[in-house]
Amino acid sequence: MSTLVADAPQRLLEITRRAEALYDDLELKTVRDWKAQKAGRKAIGFLPIYVPREVIHAAGALPVGLMGGADRVEIVRGDSYFQSYICHFPRSVIELAVGGKMDDLDGFLFPSICDVVRNLSGMFKMLLPTKYVHYVDLPQNFDSNLGGRFYKSELKLMARDFAKLTGTEVTDDRLRASIHIYNENRVALRRLLHARRDRPWEVPTIDYYLLLRAGYMLPVEEHTAMLNEYVELAAHAGRARMDNIRVAVRGAFCEQPPLGLLRTLERAGCYVVDDDFVLGSRFIEVDLDTKGDPWDSLSEGFMHKSLPAASKYDQRHTKHADFVKRVRDFKADGVIFMAPSFCDPALLEQPMLQKALEDANIPFTAFKYSEDTGQFQVIREQAGTFADALKLWGNA
Amino acid sequence: MKGATAEKDASMQKQKEMIASHFHELAHVKESGKKVVYTFVPGNLTELINHFGLLPVLPEINALQSGMRGKSAEYISIAEKAGHSEDVCTYVKTDIGMLRAGNIGPTGEPLPKPDLLLLSYTGCFTFLKWFELLREEYDCPVVMLHVPYQGDGEITSEMREYVANQIRQVVIPEFERVSGVKYDEERMKEQLKLSVRAEDDLVWVLDSARAKPSPIDAWFGGVYYIGPMFTSFRGTQDAVDYYTMLREEVQDRMDQKLGPVTPDGPMREEKYRLVIEGPPNWTSFREFWRMFADEGAVIVSSSYTKVGGLYDRGFRHNPDDPIGTMADYCMGCYTNLNFPQRTALLESYINDFQADGFLINSVKSCNSFSAGQLLILRELEKRTGRPGGFIESDLVDPRYFSAANIKNRLESYFQMIEAKRAGAKS
Repeated sequence: MSTLVADAPQRLLEITRRAEALYDDLELKTVRDWKAQKAGRKAIGFLPIYVPREVIHAAGALPVGLMGGADRVEIVRGDSYFQSYICHFPRSVIELAVGGKMDDLDGFLFPSICDVVRNLSGMFKMLLPTKYVHYVDLPQNFDSNLGGRFYKSELKLMARDFAKLTGTEVTDDRLRASIHIYNENRVALRRLLHARRDRPWEVPTIDYYLLLRAGYMLPVEEHTAMLNEYVELAAHAGRARMDNIRVAVRGAFCEQPPLGLLRTLERAGCYVVDDDFVLGSRFIEVDLDTKGDPWDSLSEGFMHKSLPAASKYDQRHTKHADFVKRVRDFKADGVIFMAPSFCDPALLEQPMLQKALEDANIPFTAFKYSEDTGQFQVIREQAGTFADALKLWGNA
Repeated sequence: MKGATAEKDASMQKQKEMIASHFHELAHVKESGKKVVYTFVPGNLTELINHFGLLPVLPEINALQSGMRGKSAEYISIAEKAGHSEDVCTYVKTDIGMLRAGNIGPTGEPLPKPDLLLLSYTGCFTFLKWFELLREEYDCPVVMLHVPYQGDGEITSEMREYVANQIRQVVIPEFERVSGVKYDEERMKEQLKLSVRAEDDLVWVLDSARAKPSPIDAWFGGVYYIGPMFTSFRGTQDAVDYYTMLREEVQDRMDQKLGPVTPDGPMREEKYRLVIEGPPNWTSFREFWRMFADEGAVIVSSSYTKVGGLYDRGFRHNPDDPIGTMADYCMGCYTNLNFPQRTALLESYINDFQADGFLINSVKSCNSFSAGQLLILRELEKRTGRPGGFIESDLVDPRYFSAANIKNRLESYFQMIEAKRAGAKS
């Protein structure tokens, strides 16, 4: 049993309070402050799921994850750009953009994930014509000589664009150094993920989530330090173990669940031991090569080492087996599918993953949410019933 | 249908026969030994599929046909009972429901299973999930043809090389393997020459709507005109013959200064000329059309009739560069254009076709079209000064077609145009 450190609970509270303040910083004051520290600094926003932040970092800019406004933004103008039947995420993104809340960002990246985010890229081009806006076409052909070659040209194009913004050329050496710095972040994230997997009572879901989100606002070096300190202290905080089941969560990789929903899951008796929240923050879980061609390293990282996602074509047709293996590796008792309403990638993926679980005799439950969902009673009852059923009858 | 039903135009009859023959051939592949490729409409490789003697099946077409035949509600229900969300694309659910219900095609004959799924990923993210889902149902290989999006409003040399290399290194070898036929570039060039002839005539037909009165409806009628070109017949003599015939018929209507044929016969008076963005609703297609025709509203240009290529803006398949031109085609379809490109194109349609205004039919199922369309509407109003209207429906889910609501909106919209005209006169 780990020894207690007297001030660990207090220090952990301070860390998560800071992370929550970053989460609440919809006006991007943190970014503004970072830019003010040195003349000429630039910041580049990106949408879910994944962009190669190493290239932004190597150009000397700050990558800033844009994950919508959750339940903290009143949608006034955002609704007037969209039809009735669409997820909530683009409404809050547009609300923040046209409301001037993203003015401190110098550029925007829209990775290929779905048609909504794709169209948002063009909307930003029209609404913010003075800003750099780029659609990042991640390859769906995973042959290194085809998709890999195309992706490297895409990476180099972005690098040239960023260099024009920042005045800092992305040399091979600079990119290798950035990959190394992000590898350190990946190490710290793995420590957090493993701590949560092995002792979920030490890393509550809400803390874990806020720590991931902090990485979308802070410089990577600061984020790594924050993660390392948290993981170190969490082992010595004496947090009590609850009689909760262990669940894996899928479907929440783009539009994010409100914090209240995450708290509800845990209160309903579920330790989240694996998930796809803020998936881009650890899309490549393993370290990338820092010795050879850095463009190859990033390309191979995405092509062959990134996690499965609904937005990625499953070329090898292994998604069922990979998912079941992951659930078992993480010793999850069951799976909660929680996808945002009208999320085509997640909701079209869901029946395939559910079938895989049925075949493997792994229990699951499913519900939908919106980033501004405010009522959690029904979800609490559903998750609570799921937890009770598993406690009583296992996966029978 | 009154009036026009009595005498079908020869081109309509020709198209009907082409479709019937195609589906009959599909129903008898066991006897003929022909192999079947399922693929999608936008940016399809029809000439290449035909080159290898393969038979294409286009699931979107099956879905829309199911919608028009009143079958889609049942198919969607089957898919939803099988665990598919109400929120997702209804083309996908109609296709899956149809498959579970026996996979009977639009002509009443069964559709064969695919020997290959060609996942031509142009302009629609859902295609990717659609064929992942179909792969669950069929034990057959899938070929991914990733077609990059024109995010920055252009086709770069890297994009072109990527698509061409996939066609050369992945698609063609797989077609050769499935069909047992070798790729013959000289023969391919001859096919593409036929494509160009039909493409020229299609453009002429679409451009005929510049006339006043327009001899065609470029949306409700247009969806029939694009049929052979966008589906299984491009690059065939049948398609050339169809478009020659259609062109002559439209020329004849122009010479007589006739308006388009509507569900209730020839339109008497052209009162409103409109440009429309988005696909139509298929479940109440004729009822929807009547809402326009009864008011004397003609669609003179539409974006939906460009999902299979921007021929009207100059694209032609280039027989001298078969693989390169196929790559260009894949990337040039309407839904592969970015928002500024789409807006500029619609603006040019409004001006070129002297439209009184423009409408958006926002369909629930298709975010590729629908997400953010209201920005296009605002921008077009600003640029052209002409009124825009917005209606919502779906492709093939009848639960999302509210006839009374749509009719009310259209009537209000036509009043807006009248008010604008009155204002201009005063």
